[in-house]
Amino acid sequence: MAEYPDRLKDTLADFNFVTTRSERAELLIDIAGRFEPVPARIATRPYAEEYRVPACESDAYVWSERQPDGTLKFHFAVENPQGLSAQAMAVILDETLSGAPLEQVATVSPDIVLRIFGSEISMGKGQGLMEMVRTVQRHARSTLAEQAS
Amino acid sequence: MPDRSSETLDLAQRGYAHPDVLVSTQWVADHLNDPDVRIIESNEDPLLYASGHLPGAVEVDWAHDLNNPLRRDYLDQREFEQLMSRLGATPQTTLVFYGDKNNWWATYAFWVFQLFGHDRARIMDGGRNKWHAEGRPLTREVPQYKPTRYKALPRDDRHIRAFRDQVYQHVQVNLPLVDVRSPEEYRGERLHMPDYPNEGALRGGHIPGAVNVPWSRAVNPDGSFKSASELRRIYESEQKLSPDDEIITYCRIGERSSHTWFVLKYLLGYDRVRNYDGSWTEWGNLVNVPIER
Repeated sequence: MAEYPDRLKDTLADFNFVTTRSERAELLIDIAGRFEPVPARIATRPYAEEYRVPACESDAYVWSERQPDGTLKFHFAVENPQGLSAQAMAVILDETLSGAPLEQVATVSPDIVLRIFGSEISMGKGQGLMEMVRTVQRHARSTLAEQAS
Repeated sequence: MPDRSSETLDLAQRGYAHPDVLVSTQWVADHLNDPDVRIIESNEDPLLYASGHLPGAVEVDWAHDLNNPLRRDYLDQREFEQLMSRLGATPQTTLVFYGDKNNWWATYAFWVFQLFGHDRARIMDGGRNKWHAEGRPLTREVPQYKPTRYKALPRDDRHIRAFRDQVYQHVQVNLPLVDVRSPEEYRGERLHMPDYPNEGALRGGHIPGAVNVPWSRAVNPDGSFKSASELRRIYESEQKLSPDDEIITYCRIGERSSHTWFVLKYLLGYDRVRNYDGSWTEWGNLVNVPIER
């Protein structure tokens, strides 16, 4: 199995140092503050259903843009204005997986959600965030398949 | 003539059986500095309170504050007293709950508090979304209240909480149940996150005799509760339930069903409604109990 991208390993290591619930919340809120919605050159509202993340209660969407080096740049929209966790997840996925080797992106486990948000996250919330990871994985796998054919 | 949309009706005009249990966002805005009122935010999303909450509001977290960390149960009398002390609440304090997801988690907290009989409790109609949509203020400042000495009543599970043996007896005598999960869960077509050990179930379907009314049907698009006539249309005209019925509500772990419990008990005045917090994660894992699909 391919290793995780370095930037993702660093981010997960940051969360290993979190000791309290409030520390985790503050860190994730800071991350969510860097969220930038998908640029208009990629998509405009109403967003096509094929880009919607299944089971995400925050109405998240994911797009990928092929880069000259063959990697992907990921873009996100989070339509629920209260969807802070989804925004934080989008920032983490973009900052750590955009530009990373696709073989590595394709193997990232949805369990990173539990390492980032803590194991006590509700099932509904966790499911939606894990689906964001799986959607990014699918984009990477699909691109790898295209490159191989 | 069709009803006016309940979104445009004042709470007093909606025909609820116990209208005093709801307060409007304006009422809360008018009582932000009322020392006899404590505003409590309860969310599913653990980031929301820290990102901004109603001025003066404290947080009650469903996992940390309400659940026993070891046993599958709620806090006990001593722990409830400690929680109320931390919130700076006395038996005379009016608690106003609000939260995300159309007050789903707020009604869950409200239900747990009722196990201890703190009946000076209200729900802010529309919850966090409505407050936010109205452009009302939020703050990141976490208030500190002087701890109180709160003497709680012993927890009493008998009237509003159902356990599995009671549910089994309920099924045996064909009494009504309301399954508030999604139709896919009700039909057993989907088991939530089977790789999630804490909340998974081995079998899909529903408890025999249960009708399916997803909890969110009770709310308007802005998060406010529908009027009593709209609610009666759902629960009585459509599902043939009656205020005299003895009813058990359930979902997956008892949180969504606390919302429906609140609607039936307080908005429609059904006196004999209990919430089965074991819900599908217990029933769907029990050996040799009946299941329907």
